[in-house]
Amino acid sequence: MTAVTGQVVSRASREAYRDRLVTLMARDERVVCLDSDTGLFTGVDFGQAARRYLNLGISEQNLMGSAAGLARGGRMPFVNTMAAFASSRAVEAVKIDIALNRVPVRIVATHGGLSAGHLGPTHHCLEDLAVMRALPNMTVVVPADASATEELIAQSLDHDGPVYFRLGRHATAELGRGGPVELGRAQRLAEGDDVTVVACGTEPVRFALEAADELAAEGVRATVLNTHTVKPLDAEAVLDAASTTRGVVTVEEAWRAGGLGSAVLEVLADAGLAVPVTRVGVADRFVSGTGKHLGLLARAGVTTAAVADAARAVVSGR
Amino acid sequence: MTDTLTPPDLLTRPTSDQLREHAHHVRELIVHMCSNGEGGHIGGSLSLADILVTLYFDVLRVDPADPADPDRDVLLLSKGHGGIGLYAVLGARGFFPEDDLAGYGTPGSALSAHPTPAVPGVEMPTGSLGHGLPLGVGFALAARLDDAPRRCFVVLGDGELQEGSVWEAALSAGAQGLDGLVAVVDRNRLQITGGTEDVVALEPLADKWRSFGWAVREVDGHDVDALRSALGTTPHEPGRPTVVIADTVKGKGLPFIEGQVRSHYARLGEAQKKRALSALRRGRQAEVRS
Repeated sequence: MTAVTGQVVSRASREAYRDRLVTLMARDERVVCLDSDTGLFTGVDFGQAARRYLNLGISEQNLMGSAAGLARGGRMPFVNTMAAFASSRAVEAVKIDIALNRVPVRIVATHGGLSAGHLGPTHHCLEDLAVMRALPNMTVVVPADASATEELIAQSLDHDGPVYFRLGRHATAELGRGGPVELGRAQRLAEGDDVTVVACGTEPVRFALEAADELAAEGVRATVLNTHTVKPLDAEAVLDAASTTRGVVTVEEAWRAGGLGSAVLEVLADAGLAVPVTRVGVADRFVSGTGKHLGLLARAGVTTAAVADAARAVVSGR
Repeated sequence: MTDTLTPPDLLTRPTSDQLREHAHHVRELIVHMCSNGEGGHIGGSLSLADILVTLYFDVLRVDPADPADPDRDVLLLSKGHGGIGLYAVLGARGFFPEDDLAGYGTPGSALSAHPTPAVPGVEMPTGSLGHGLPLGVGFALAARLDDAPRRCFVVLGDGELQEGSVWEAALSAGAQGLDGLVAVVDRNRLQITGGTEDVVALEPLADKWRSFGWAVREVDGHDVDALRSALGTTPHEPGRPTVVIADTVKGKGLPFIEGQVRSHYARLGEAQKKRALSALRRGRQAEVRS
């Protein structure tokens, strides 16, 4: 689904991924689409590659193990499930079968963060950044829009080892800025020497940019980094920005323990760089109750206003 | 029933008595490993010995000199706690020098209690139960996509069948009709706290597999003739994965622990080792006489 509202083009990253995967399968015999009855591929014409679409049913442990076996057998499986099932239910298979063997499996997890909305806390996934980041050999990617998703999915074909992609559910705005996207490299979306905002994912990056605009009107200049590759984090970009501004705000659609904010703190601590850091993310609780994606995010305290407030506090030294 | 696969070379196939001699030797190696400092999973390794010997010396298309041969058959020891049984067979088959087995359990050795691919011939790390069959599904799918005759054998413990992931994979293999996949169940009927039928009953086990779309054969897991006939002729039904339920005895070969719960793990002292080796020798002599 592609929608144009005013000048803003919106697309769902999972649909962009699906369409790109079909073209990649057509030209690369290694690529296998391993499905778990997600429904994402209903009606898709894989053409000559139809043999390489395999629906193993609703069995996520089996899915991850089979993916590892396929990868050892010379293929590059793209495994499809929801983030909650990839990073919680099936995580032992991800750890032992995929990460330990360092096999080229791409786990493509949709419905990341709170994007499952009213489906509720069983389908929300706020732990995946921490869980996947904790696994050796795992690369963790959270694209900020559909175009970047397509590009990073395609780039992953040249990457050794497993990759976890966290995608959303609904159409989101295209960033339309930041230049070429490159796996492992942060994108600088705005330049400023007062505060650094580091964000990953569709909504957090948008909030960061909106907050930067708000701050600019007040004369506060923010550097905004889109760290779509959360692991390995582009430490050079983070340190460079952090050392030329007064402090750092991190923004993520995840529980604050172990996610992007933690990764940034680790980089700063390891480099001995003592700067104020505020982490905007979901507090240490489940987000219950009916709501749409953005409403739930607001309820969880992840908003443009929260990012701007945190940045003001960093700049004013509060 | 059709026998669609011909053994690689009939002329080089071992005789049944040679297989029994290999199995005897493998049991000796297991006893030696269990007398190292750390001890080992002796019971479940002894119950496995004839199965693994039959596979590695007669059935599997593998080359110890080229363990990564892309055309090889793959064996996954899903019951990874049978690691010392696998090491003994791999050593005896020439994947690495048998002398390396002396390093088992010592710091710096690749031979840990549960196998990892750091050991030549080991395909995937196992030990956490319930991982082998999903991996096997993947290997079998890869072989099918390649239109290759490669087979994948997954050796499971019976207690392990209490893991749900086994049945996810079993259902999926049946639905996919993966006839390049062979599961072997080491049915020794014991797990750590007692008999499988007392802890969480598995019977009727053959019916369970059958209802998941598998071709089932039940054999005496210590009869190498029965094993080679069942394992060397898969698939037993085209379009279906095969399961061989091998009726075994935990601790087989050591009368003082056979069929006992305490055989699960042991560290043998010098006297126990001597007793064990002489028991194995007597058993082998009786076998040769009969």
